[in-house]
Amino acid sequence: MTIATVESQIAEWRRYVSAAPAVDGRDVDELEDHLRHQILELGEAGLSEEEAFLVAVKRLGDIDALSREFAREHSSRLWKQLVLRGEPTDAPGDHRWVMPIGLAVASAVAIQMGLRIGGFPNEPSAWIVRNLAFFVLPFLAAYFAVGRRLEIRGLLVTAAPFVGSAILVNLYPIETSSAIDVLVALHLPVLLWFGVAYPYTGGRLGSQDGRMDFVRFTGEWFIYFVLIALGGGVLMALTGLILEPIDPDLGELVIEWMLPSGAAGAVIVAAWLVESKQQVVENMAPVLTMIFSPLFAVMLTVAAVTYAVTGVAGDFDRELLGLFDLLLVVVLGLVLYALSARESGRQPGVMDGIQLVAVLAALVLDGLVLGAMLARIADLGFTPNRVAALGLNIVLLVNLAATAWMLLRSIRKRVPPNRLVRWQTAYLPVFALWAAAVVIVLPPVFGFS
Amino acid sequence: MHIDKDLVAASSTPLVLAILTEGESYGYAILKRVRELSDGEIEWTDGMLYPLLHRLQRLGYVTTEWRTPDAGRRRKYYAITDAGREALEEHQRQWLTVARALGDLWNGRGGLMSALGEA
Repeated sequence: MTIATVESQIAEWRRYVSAAPAVDGRDVDELEDHLRHQILELGEAGLSEEEAFLVAVKRLGDIDALSREFAREHSSRLWKQLVLRGEPTDAPGDHRWVMPIGLAVASAVAIQMGLRIGGFPNEPSAWIVRNLAFFVLPFLAAYFAVGRRLEIRGLLVTAAPFVGSAILVNLYPIETSSAIDVLVALHLPVLLWFGVAYPYTGGRLGSQDGRMDFVRFTGEWFIYFVLIALGGGVLMALTGLILEPIDPDLGELVIEWMLPSGAAGAVIVAAWLVESKQQVVENMAPVLTMIFSPLFAVMLTVAAVTYAVTGVAGDFDRELLGLFDLLLVVVLGLVLYALSARESGRQPGVMDGIQLVAVLAALVLDGLVLGAMLARIADLGFTPNRVAALGLNIVLLVNLAATAWMLLRSIRKRVPPNRLVRWQTAYLPVFALWAAAVVIVLPPVFGFS
Repeated sequence: MHIDKDLVAASSTPLVLAILTEGESYGYAILKRVRELSDGEIEWTDGMLYPLLHRLQRLGYVTTEWRTPDAGRRRKYYAITDAGREALEEHQRQWLTVARALGDLWNGRGGLMSALGEA
C-alpha cells in the first residue's frame, strides 16, 4: 500500500461525503483533517495504512447518519435536500412545471380581464388600480398552498387575508385618485405578500427558520423578477420597433397587452424558479451584497456628513420623507440579504463592519431629516401621506437602530451573530401590521379621501 | 461497560464545553481527551462531534478560527466564550442535582457524592 493509494482513497471518500446535501466544503475539510489525524495515529500504533484508513472511516461514522445530523444543525442548507433530492428537473416526463406555468397563465389572463373590465387603458377606473394585487398574489399563494400540500385548515388560513382585505378594500367608499387611494394601492401588495408567507412556510410562521426562509425567498424572488423584467423589457422594445412599420399604434397596443400580463406571469414564474433552481441565485445574493454594501456605505456616509455640515436637511420638502423611507428600505434589504446569505456559524468580519457603517449613516441621515419633518408636521397637521410616510419611517428606524446595536455587539463578540437573525425574524410581523394598519385603519380615519 | 446513547448525547455538550475550558482545541484532540477522561468508556461516533460543535458555535458558546499550525494542515480551532462558560455552569448545576438525587437514593444521603469522592 503506497501513500498514493491512500491519498486517492481519501479523495474518493471526500467526493462521497461532499455529495451529502447538508455538508459543505469547509465541513468536509474539517472532517478530512480528523480522518488524516486518525490514520496517522493508527499508523503509529502499527496498523498498515489501508487498515488505518478503514478503521478511521468506520470511526467517523455512517455518512448518511452524519449527513442527517449536519442537516439538523444546518437547516438553512436543508432546502437543497428538499428541493434537489429526487427532483431531476430535466428528466423527461417531469410535469412539475405544469402547475406554476398554468397559474402564471391564469394570473396573466385574470389581470387582462380585470384591466379590460376596469376600462383600461382608456379610462382606468380607480378600483382596478387598487385591486391589481388581487389578480396576482392569490395565484402565488395558491401555488405554495398546493405545493406544500396544506390541509383544509391551512387553506382557509391562507385564503383569509386575501378574502378579508378584498372585501374591505372594495367596501370602503374610497375616493378615486385620492391620497388614501394611492396609499392603499401601495400597501396592499405588501400586506398580501405577507399573506403568501403562510402557505410558503407551510404554516410554520412561528418558527425563526421558517421566517428566515421566507426572507430568503423574497430576496431571491426579487432577483429573478428583475432579471425577467429586464428580458421582458428588451422583448417589448424590440416587438414595438418591429411592429412600428406596419402601424405606428400597433407597437403601443402590443405593449399595453403584454406588460400587465407579462408582469403578472413573471411574479409566479420567478417564484417557481426560486423553488426549482435555487442553487443559481444562492450564489448571487452574497455577491450582490458584497458589491453594494460598500457602495451604499460610502454614499450614505458622504450624504450624512454633507447634510450634517451644511444643515441642508431642514430645507427638505416634507413630502420627501417618502424618499428616506425608500432609503431605509434599501438599507434594510441589504442587511436582510447579507443575513439570509450568511453561513450560520460564520464569525463577524469586515462586511459586518461595512454594513454597520451603512446602517449608522442611514440612521444619522434619517434622524436629521426626521427632526426637521416632525417640526413641520407639527405646524401643518397630519395628512394621510404624512402619517403613512412617518409611520413607516419610525417602523424602519426602530428596526435599523436595533440592527446597528446588534451588529456592533456581534462585531465586538458580545453576542452571537444569530441574535440579529432572531431580531429580524421577530420584527417581521411589525411590517405586516403596519401595512395592514395603512390599508384597514387609515382610510376610515381620514374619511376615505 | 456500555453507556446508553441518550446519556452520551446528554453529556456531550457539557463535556465538550468543559474540555474547551482547558484551552482552545480542535475536533480530533477533543475526542481524544474525551476518551482519555473516560478511560475509553465513552465512545462517540467521531463524526457526530462536528455537528455538535457547529451547534455550539451557532449558539455563541464557542468561537472558531481556521489556522495552519507550523508544518501542518489547515485546522479549525474552537475556543469557549463567556456565554459558553455560563452555559457550562448551568449544565454543571443540572448534573450535580441529578447526581445528588441519584446518590441519595442509592447510597443514602450524600452517598453517591462521597462514593465519587472515594473513587
